[in-house]
Amino acid sequence: MSTVTADDLRARVGELLAAHPPASTDRLEFLRARFDAGLAWVHYPEGLGGLGAPRELQNVVDAELAKAGAPDNNPRRIGIGLGMAAPTILRFGTDEQKHRYLRPLWTGEEVWCQLFSEPGAGSDLAALGTRAVRDGDEWVVDGQKVWTSVAHIARFGILVTRTDPDVPKHQGMTYFICDMTDPGVEVRPLRQLTGEAEFNEVFLSGVRIPDDNRLGAVGEGWKVAQTTLMNERVAIGGNAMPREGGLIGMVTRTWRERPELRTPELHDRLLKLWVEAEAARLAGQRLRQQLAVGAPGPEGSAMKLAFAKLQQALTGLEVELSGEDGLRYDDWTLRRPEKVDMLGRGPGYRYLRAKGNSIEGGTSEVLRNIISERVLGLPSEPRVDKDVAWKDLPR
Amino acid sequence: MSDLLYSEVEEDLRASVRDLLTDRAGFTSVLARTESAEPYDLKLWRTLAGDLGLAGLAVPESLGGQGASYREVAVVLEELGRSVAPVPFLGSAVLATTALLAAGDRELVPRLAGGELIGALAVPLTSAPESGFPDGVSANTEGALSGAVRAVVDAPVADVLIVPAAGPDGAGLYAVEQTAATVSDVVSLDLTRRLADVSFDNASSRLLASGAEAESALRQALRAGAGLLASEQVGLAQRCLDETVAYLKQRYQFGRPVGSFQALKHRLADLYLELVSARATARHAADALATGDDEVPVAVAVAAATCSAVALHAAEESVQLHGGIGMTWEHSAHLYLKRAKSDELALGTPGRHRAALAGLVDLPPA
Repeated sequence: MSTVTADDLRARVGELLAAHPPASTDRLEFLRARFDAGLAWVHYPEGLGGLGAPRELQNVVDAELAKAGAPDNNPRRIGIGLGMAAPTILRFGTDEQKHRYLRPLWTGEEVWCQLFSEPGAGSDLAALGTRAVRDGDEWVVDGQKVWTSVAHIARFGILVTRTDPDVPKHQGMTYFICDMTDPGVEVRPLRQLTGEAEFNEVFLSGVRIPDDNRLGAVGEGWKVAQTTLMNERVAIGGNAMPREGGLIGMVTRTWRERPELRTPELHDRLLKLWVEAEAARLAGQRLRQQLAVGAPGPEGSAMKLAFAKLQQALTGLEVELSGEDGLRYDDWTLRRPEKVDMLGRGPGYRYLRAKGNSIEGGTSEVLRNIISERVLGLPSEPRVDKDVAWKDLPR
Repeated sequence: MSDLLYSEVEEDLRASVRDLLTDRAGFTSVLARTESAEPYDLKLWRTLAGDLGLAGLAVPESLGGQGASYREVAVVLEELGRSVAPVPFLGSAVLATTALLAAGDRELVPRLAGGELIGALAVPLTSAPESGFPDGVSANTEGALSGAVRAVVDAPVADVLIVPAAGPDGAGLYAVEQTAATVSDVVSLDLTRRLADVSFDNASSRLLASGAEAESALRQALRAGAGLLASEQVGLAQRCLDETVAYLKQRYQFGRPVGSFQALKHRLADLYLELVSARATARHAADALATGDDEVPVAVAVAAATCSAVALHAAEESVQLHGGIGMTWEHSAHLYLKRAKSDELALGTPGRHRAALAGLVDLPPA
């Protein structure tokens, strides 16, 4: 058990601020110093941006630094690196890989993307067909990935590939770190129903990845990917919020400011959603309290499901509540945002974008399977793909 | 920030209550009792109230209680909801005791807390915290009560009735011996919770509080009742989910355990999801009631609106997913359905609690 206390951390933050006054220090320089002081993610090991401290003590550090007006590492922009790549590298990476990648990942100097989904393998990720064939100390990769957020600004991608088509699908996968600047990596914007191209298609043609960039053993890519996916679901919908925080706040503000838009039916629905939003907020708070005492419950998957359902219902109500304005849209221009900006756009955008909440990071249907099987212990459906070699599966 | 977890002490309390109830309030004995001359298990009540001190959990030690808080009371209610135990906890230990405490009584509280007496709050069980002060019973200058109240929870076994009545100088809260009133048992939808219609004909009483104090005592009792009933509903919903999951694992149809069909798995996952939210709201309400902070009205309304619906959904799904067996008298599902539907009406329907919220959080109607 770590002996680092909140007071130790306050003292360390004090030293960091004294040596690098935020007002007169370059942003990047400050972030690097913070990483080196073990104050980036305090639960990470020493030398890798942390101090091996209890995870919840990060709040102490964040609060002290925010108070001092220190720059942050723009966590929303580098969310995939922080939430998914980093925990995977920490668990499966070699010492060399950890020291090479974690620092610039955390400071945001190097943005990461996640090369998982394929046109033929979304919910059934283990069916993926992007091939990696060994050639001496390198692997040659060919295939196509899809729904890749921030690929256009990413320096690295975490990549799952098929290395053995002759064994059942879960056994023949291998996990790599892909340098997005390598020849053969082509990123194309994928325009979505909102008009934006928040995601990309990534084409991999004869991309050569050194074996040093493999994460985990050959053929164990599924196991490594599981770590990434578990962390993804914890990362979604996990922030502390005040009452009426987020979208419910936007809708209630409109309700208060525009009495002419009110109808009894909308009042009913608004109150129901207000209660639902408050219940979800409290459930999130309870989940964080469980995490803080080291008893992570299986509620994480449930929270993501609840979040998607609520966002969709709220944004639908908001468009209706907008009356004639609900018929307008703010901007159909093809843009390439670096992060999802739900609150900065109009109701129409929010309505459309929220449709992705029940698809991205595991569809609500897949999450229901996870809850029913792993939490409630119900049997899985009979599987036709279990003992069949990947190459023999119908596609 | 409100503590939404269970403390170790609370978990210990839960374990001892559950052990006792498993032993003494199993489904077959509860069902048998509903058809007997003694639908309530007063021997079990004496153990819970007298030996374990549960009737006085939230009562200060100086008044003969345990000096714990509503957080612990909520945990007991979860277990009582889990077993639909036929005991007068809600009426006596929650509603009557809270009203008496709020009215500053020092005579009856210790006797209720110790389980020596059973109390009931003489209002319809459907009363919501925001309901106005009732005027169905009036008191004359001598304190003699006349009038009637319908559907009073736990009144059939109560020794003393706490009666809100219109007195000569406005609202008043009175204590009446059960023998001075006419108490007629009601055939209730919920087989495990007893109701009675109560009438008074010049019944002699003792004034406990009057005016604003009486109104506040009644509101506090109803608010605590509504907020804590949410925990009973969470316990009930959890039990329905657990039973249904267990059944779907062992029941085979079409050559497979029924629980392996995705259509059913998704319904149970949704129920689990609702329960996660419900538990958080119930804990929040219990914690707010325990600390008595400004959060109470909103926290109670949110918990009541959420947990009523979740418990009912869980009980209804339990009947449906048990298939034919879920429709039978000999399976426990119906007892939970009846409790859940009655609980939906008790202490304010979800709609009434949402309407109350509209005022509390400034979301005015059209």
